[in-house]
Amino acid sequence: MTALLEVRSVAVRFGGVMALSGVDLDVQKDSITGLIGPNGAGKTTLFNVICGIRQPTTGVVLLDNEEINGVPTQKRSAMGIGRTFQRLELFTTLSVFDNVLVAAELARVSNPHAVAREQIELLGLTDRADTIAGELPTGSARLLEVARALAGRPRLLLLDEPASGLDDVETQQLGVLLQQLKSLGITVLLVEHDMSLIMKVCDQIHVLDLGNVIASGTPDQIQHDPSVIDAYLGAVR
Amino acid sequence: MQQLVAYTVIGLTTGAIYALASSGLVVTYVTSGVFNIAHGAIGMIAAFSYWQVRFEWGWPAPVALFAILGVLCPALGLVIDRVALRGLAQATEVTRLTATVALMAAFIGIATWIWPPENRQPFRGFFDGNNVSVLGVNVGWNKIIALIAAVVVAGGLRILLYKTRLGIQMRAVVDDRSLAELNGARPARIASASWALGASLAGLAGILLAAEVQLNVVPLTLLVINAYAAAIFGRLKSLPLTFLGAMALGLTEAYLLWGQGQSWFPETIGGFSTSGLRQATPTIFLFLLLMLLPQAKLRAGAARVRERSAIPQWNTAILGAAVLVIGSIAVTGMMTRSNTIYLIQALIMALAVVSLVPLTGYAGLVSLAPLTFAGIGAVLMSKMPGDGNVVSLIAVVVVVALIGAVVALPALRLEGIYLALATGAFALLVSILVFNQGKIFSNGVAEVPPLRLPGVDLSQPRPKAIFLSVAFAVVGLLLVALRRSSLGRQFVAMKDSPLAGATLGMNLVRTKALAFAMSAAIASLAGALDAGKVAPDNYTFDRSLPILLLAIVSGVGSIGGAFFGGMLLGSNTVLASIVPSVSNITQVMPGLIGLSMGRNPNGTASQIATGFRPVTSHPQSLLTALSGIGALWLLTSVDIISHWGFFAALVIWGLGIVPNLPALAVTSGRSRALCLLIAAVGMGIAAFFDDIFEAVPTGGRLLAIIVLFVVVGNAIRRIHTPVAPTSKSSPDLMGLTGFTPEELSQSDRAIKVVP
Ligand SMILES: Nc1ncnc2c1ncn2[C@@H]1O[C@H](COP(=O)(O)OP(=O)(O)OP(=O)(O)O)[C@@H](O)[C@H]1O
Ligand SMILES: [Mg+2]
Repeated sequence: MTALLEVRSVAVRFGGVMALSGVDLDVQKDSITGLIGPNGAGKTTLFNVICGIRQPTTGVVLLDNEEINGVPTQKRSAMGIGRTFQRLELFTTLSVFDNVLVAAELARVSNPHAVAREQIELLGLTDRADTIAGELPTGSARLLEVARALAGRPRLLLLDEPASGLDDVETQQLGVLLQQLKSLGITVLLVEHDMSLIMKVCDQIHVLDLGNVIASGTPDQIQHDPSVIDAYLGAVR
Repeated sequence: MQQLVAYTVIGLTTGAIYALASSGLVVTYVTSGVFNIAHGAIGMIAAFSYWQVRFEWGWPAPVALFAILGVLCPALGLVIDRVALRGLAQATEVTRLTATVALMAAFIGIATWIWPPENRQPFRGFFDGNNVSVLGVNVGWNKIIALIAAVVVAGGLRILLYKTRLGIQMRAVVDDRSLAELNGARPARIASASWALGASLAGLAGILLAAEVQLNVVPLTLLVINAYAAAIFGRLKSLPLTFLGAMALGLTEAYLLWGQGQSWFPETIGGFSTSGLRQATPTIFLFLLLMLLPQAKLRAGAARVRERSAIPQWNTAILGAAVLVIGSIAVTGMMTRSNTIYLIQALIMALAVVSLVPLTGYAGLVSLAPLTFAGIGAVLMSKMPGDGNVVSLIAVVVVVALIGAVVALPALRLEGIYLALATGAFALLVSILVFNQGKIFSNGVAEVPPLRLPGVDLSQPRPKAIFLSVAFAVVGLLLVALRRSSLGRQFVAMKDSPLAGATLGMNLVRTKALAFAMSAAIASLAGALDAGKVAPDNYTFDRSLPILLLAIVSGVGSIGGAFFGGMLLGSNTVLASIVPSVSNITQVMPGLIGLSMGRNPNGTASQIATGFRPVTSHPQSLLTALSGIGALWLLTSVDIISHWGFFAALVIWGLGIVPNLPALAVTSGRSRALCLLIAAVGMGIAAFFDDIFEAVPTGGRLLAIIVLFVVVGNAIRRIHTPVAPTSKSSPDLMGLTGFTPEELSQSDRAIKVVP
């Protein structure tokens, strides 16, 4: 196994708050890696660092053994990083189809319309292709975020709470989809508060608390780690 | 040496005035979050009012000062905060900015109306004629008072902010609005207080400045640019830095003034006169400061115009283009020569407005400089070899597009209000430094050659009007193609979420630069195709403002809306020339219409503004509206209805009936008949306006017209729409923000614009 993404002692400071204080973690190629932790642990901040939206105060991020710290956000998608947003960032005045189409066009795929159609189908949004994105219910909007990210043809897909707002059936379908993506060779880093989903699909889990990685391991190990139960899982139950 | 002292005093005085103005700006901005473009206009109104009571009515100075600074200005500030900007608290920064742009336009209109630039008493400073000697230099009392006032205000603000309850609450609100609220502060009240204070400071600065530069509407209004330069130096937060910036600015100006009198000072640089340099100092200062601001962070929900622009359909677009061209061929055949020239002006305006469609409508960026690019287009066209060759025109368009992109490039790192300000500063810079050059406009005019096309003589009005409508149609179709293209989708995507765009690989700076280039290219057509003698006055900053306002009000995402906006602007000139007594109203109009977006949905003015929205996106209604205006025009040009009748009919038609057209199109039976009857009665009264209101003076007639259109409009609205359920009032009824797309589509469905 090789690591697709390596985060090395990344720290981010917001004024007096250390959102991340020296985070080290790896995401293995072709895996689904979970990133969990209580609210305010720094998960979204880490995503922003990986995408280049925020520069780390210290530390480096490596993609395929290559340092990407200085690479601007818009170039990182060409390097294979795609993401969804916890606070939805859809193109709210474009149709569902056009949201995905824009992503495909920006990724310069050879047939953007076909790629867009394919992703929309994959996420089960075909019926709503002509709906204006801002009119979607939250669940579908989250799925659209995923479809749009996939249309950018990422190698590494960062999902920030994709299941919040989904019902049980949809969450289950999302789980199946994630497995499918893995088999297609897409590496997934998944932030999620739905523990049953995390435990079911993840190969590896990192637990973040107050800007520190407090545990890493398989779902089984994490579930029985006393410090994790203390910091997080206990609270969830 | 003595000279240097004298100029230092001048510099400090000017700096003091700027400091007064900019501290007012900062106080309002930090507590209410509104970037008040109309700040200088308030100062201007205050200066004029002071002049009125002090020199025309002869009030003693202390009484006059109290009346203006203690009563009028605070009242004005309160009215702006409570009435004009009410309900905009939740709107985007840009929406609020646009509302104050509207205010500024309205104030300029009102001031020119009340105080026409005729021979008037001079504006004399305090203790005029008495000087004091400072280091051997005679200094007027007005200057001394300005300095003292600045010191007193600086100290006063310090005490206010640190020692009084109100001030401490102000600082708390700046710090953390919701936290302050939890602790019992009332941000709305504090904002009102700061508006009152800010307006008084603007007024004081305006009065002191007027004594130095005399009464003049636009220069006094542009005091705001100087204030902005200083305020940005203070990063819009720090009052001490703001004062420092103001002083630095004042001194720079004074030393330049001094330098210009010295032999070593170059009169020209590279053949360009340096005479405008001093006047341009604040603008250059502002521009440089904006360039030095750190790159805008990518953040969610950055300030933008959020408006849904439906994808235009080819068949509607082609139909619209055909109707426009055929219509203009038919209409110009029946028009007098002078009316055709008005139509040409309206079409030029329409081109200027439509230049904002890709930029503001699609990409969501605000520009305060559309006419500047038109001016550059006109100048280049007049200088191009080839005398109106088509190739020259293409070259002009390409060059202006490049200029647009290059100029915008440094500014593009900025977001929202800063970007808008940078475009405003650019517009002023070009006006002062470039258009004022004898080289550019010799003797203040440039001759733009008519385009040479085989077989048509575009120096004649009729072919020119037809050609311009063809040009508009072509531009419109190109914009439709753009909106349906990959780039068009990227523009809209960038407007909706620059953050998501960037993570998907969009180069935001490049995309913004492209939008600017396209907009500049279209605007350049409005200059380059406007053959004839043109003057720099045609392309000033203050003339660009109504263009932006009408573009936003009439629906900047739609080409039909832009056309409508252009016609409305064009009709201003027409009205002004055929009914001189109402020209003042038409000057105020764009401002008032723009302001209506800050109003609660229940206001009449806002009903007008929102009323246009469905019309411009409903081709049938738009066509009816425009035909109606055309018919009125014809009737008056053959003297069937009088000028007053024309004006009354136009107001009732345009403001009372047109907004109801889309709804009327789907109403049937008795209510429809009743509506048509009311409309007919209204128009009938208007047609015989002169006979009915024969004995009534101008003011009464205007009032009558306003009452008529409100009554007619409301009566029709009552009948065709069932009483609407009292829904929550949306903070932003222009649909710029606030409305969720869901609400928008619901309302679209409710008024049956879409099935
Ligand atoms: N732009 C910012 N400015 C200041 N502080 C911030 C900013 N963004 C995040 N923070 C702080 O950084 C910390 C980490 O926030 P982050 O959003 O990364 O947490 P999270 O793990 O994603 O939480 P959640 O589960 O609620 O999404 C929090 O304390 C937050 O308040
Ligand atoms: Mg988060």
